[in-house]
Amino acid sequence: MNALTATGLHKRYASHHALRGLDMEIPHGSLFGLLGPNGAGKTTFIRIANRILAPDEGRIELFGAPLGPDATKRIGYLPEERGLYKGMKVGEQAMYLAQLRGLSTSDAKQRLRAWFERWELQGWWDKKVSDLSKGMAQKVQFITTVLHEPELLIFDEPFSGFDPINAQLIREEMLRLNREGRTLIFSTHRMESVEELCSHIALINQGQNVLHGSIQELKDRHRSGQFVLRYRSEDPTSLNLPEGAELTDHRREAQGIVAARFRAEIDDASRLLAALAPQVNVYQFEEVVPSIHDLFVQTVQGA
Amino acid sequence: MKPFLLVAQREITTRVRKKSFLVMTLLGPVLFVGLMLAPALIAMSSETEDLNLIVVDHSYVLPGTPKVEGANLAYFDPKEVSEEQALELVRTREDVDGLLYVPESINSDPEFSLQNAKLYTEGTAPLGVASELESLLERFAYEGKLRHFGVDPAVVTKAKSEASVQAFELSDEGSEASGTEIKTAAGFFAGILIYMFTFLYAAQIMRGVIEEKTSRIVEVLVTTVKPAQLMLGKILGIATVGLLQFGIWIALTALAATAIGSMGLLSPDPEQVAALSAAGQAAPELSGIQSALGTLDSLNLPALIGMFVFYFLSGYLFYGALFAAVGAAVDSETDTQQFMLPLTLPLVLTFILATSIMENPHGPLAVALSMIPFSAPIAMMIRIPFGVPWYEVAASMSLMVLGFLGTVWIAGRIYRVGILSYGKKPTYADLWKWIRMKP
Repeated sequence: MNALTATGLHKRYASHHALRGLDMEIPHGSLFGLLGPNGAGKTTFIRIANRILAPDEGRIELFGAPLGPDATKRIGYLPEERGLYKGMKVGEQAMYLAQLRGLSTSDAKQRLRAWFERWELQGWWDKKVSDLSKGMAQKVQFITTVLHEPELLIFDEPFSGFDPINAQLIREEMLRLNREGRTLIFSTHRMESVEELCSHIALINQGQNVLHGSIQELKDRHRSGQFVLRYRSEDPTSLNLPEGAELTDHRREAQGIVAARFRAEIDDASRLLAALAPQVNVYQFEEVVPSIHDLFVQTVQGA
Repeated sequence: MKPFLLVAQREITTRVRKKSFLVMTLLGPVLFVGLMLAPALIAMSSETEDLNLIVVDHSYVLPGTPKVEGANLAYFDPKEVSEEQALELVRTREDVDGLLYVPESINSDPEFSLQNAKLYTEGTAPLGVASELESLLERFAYEGKLRHFGVDPAVVTKAKSEASVQAFELSDEGSEASGTEIKTAAGFFAGILIYMFTFLYAAQIMRGVIEEKTSRIVEVLVTTVKPAQLMLGKILGIATVGLLQFGIWIALTALAATAIGSMGLLSPDPEQVAALSAAGQAAPELSGIQSALGTLDSLNLPALIGMFVFYFLSGYLFYGALFAAVGAAVDSETDTQQFMLPLTLPLVLTFILATSIMENPHGPLAVALSMIPFSAPIAMMIRIPFGVPWYEVAASMSLMVLGFLGTVWIAGRIYRVGILSYGKKPTYADLWKWIRMKP
């Protein structure tokens, strides 16, 4: 079952068409990365998923049922632009936001106390938000997002604005929440965090889902039949290639290491290695797999 | 608890706990009581400091009256004391505060000396004293002239009579005293209260919306509370705070007024009144107070208060929603100017037109203003004490209800889009697009 399914979403603003028939399937239990250049429609999609905006056309389902008013209790949302009431006390504010998400006063208080203890914020309960450092405020915002233990968490650019230490903390929390079985969606334009964290991604460009699937699936799908063989030698030596393989590049790469690049049939790895291994002192042999960053650039530029 | 109530509750608790709320709540009555007491205090302070004046009167108009209101008079023979000598006395003697100098007449024109009398004092002379002296001079000159023409001033006094015309309104139940002044005052006071409340608290709504927008908390809020609910929760929460503050003000002011009243400062104490009326002085004023009380009775207070509450709340809702929309449309308070004008203008205009409404409470202008929701709360409150036909009240109230439902709806549409729009300052055309846009 999918945590979130969107079909044919359209959203027009006064001056531009933000979503143009966007489809999206976010599998239950996935850690889902939502990629795309600025202005691609990521935030619009996220706002629709949070019922802040309504789509002009299309359907959106949460755990198999149409997205209804009760959805907010099952979703936790950390927007890209985030803030708190500056004049309000930290504890009171967290209580207010928790109660808005449907928690009872006693539940909210108990859970908040536990979180404050975990992140060593105990002394801050009665402090005003304006007295918090930026990092502290970010921790409080994160806590208020996950406090009601939602099944689906949506973070819009969670690492932007967080200092490196808090960003690491948030990353660990996201992985922990995912291990607990919660589905996480986060949008980002930072590719390194995607390969490191995500099980699935979708690439949005100009209001459409142009690329999606699990990381492994995508990498498999975008194999190009390119291989690289590195062997120990001071200079390139002439190689006897098996049939169907083509040498594209051959040069000294480092002290005593030469790299030879080939194009061949996608499943030719074994045959190629078997033919080449006896000829040289093999240092490394690998299939060249595109990085998510490459896919991103390829897909966006190709469009 | 319903999200909408949570929003209202937060507005109330955070606002009531602010220091500024406490200060305003306590300071309000102090200001009101101060305003009420000011005349009494001024009167008291001026009573205590009578001036001691020397009088050098070349025209011999003043026959030696020892005292006027606010000054004791000591007469010097103009043949023996010159203006300079008298002034020297004023400067040197501690117990002499000033000089009234009436010059000699030129060409035996008595008017000249009257018109050129001078009052010298150390420091500024109280206004009251100068006018007292003027009327003293006028009175004696007048009597002198009467005598000159061979008329006994006593005869003139006896020939005078005082007339008083009381206005009555004819209605089906008979006639009743109209008491125009009291009605004007009651309506105007109610109008002022509505005007103040609307401006004071509607502006707070606007500031609250801008705060939520600039702090960016609004995006989290709207995932759990519908924008319309968020807006209404805020409006109602602030209304509750405002009503609470008003309630405390009225209670404290009433308490203070009674306390001060019992000290005999405000209302004249009965013995004094009795003594005065026995002396035949205060009788007209006393009857005035009685008729005023009668008018208040005739105003049908419960209905008046009911209407007041209705227009008070509906006016606040009407404008509050629009102010919330303005807050949602802009990024900071400095950007509100262009949208504020069309909201403040009708309020201020109604206020300026208040005098015309009071002069002709049943004229076409007054009727029109009491129908248009922008001006109805103030205009109708001014008209009501003069008696407004029930169908006009019903029409005005219906329009008011439609009006605030309309503004709440429009404001909700603008609010919904506005709270998530940052950066570009919207134009009126943008707002119109927002109103028509699907959520």
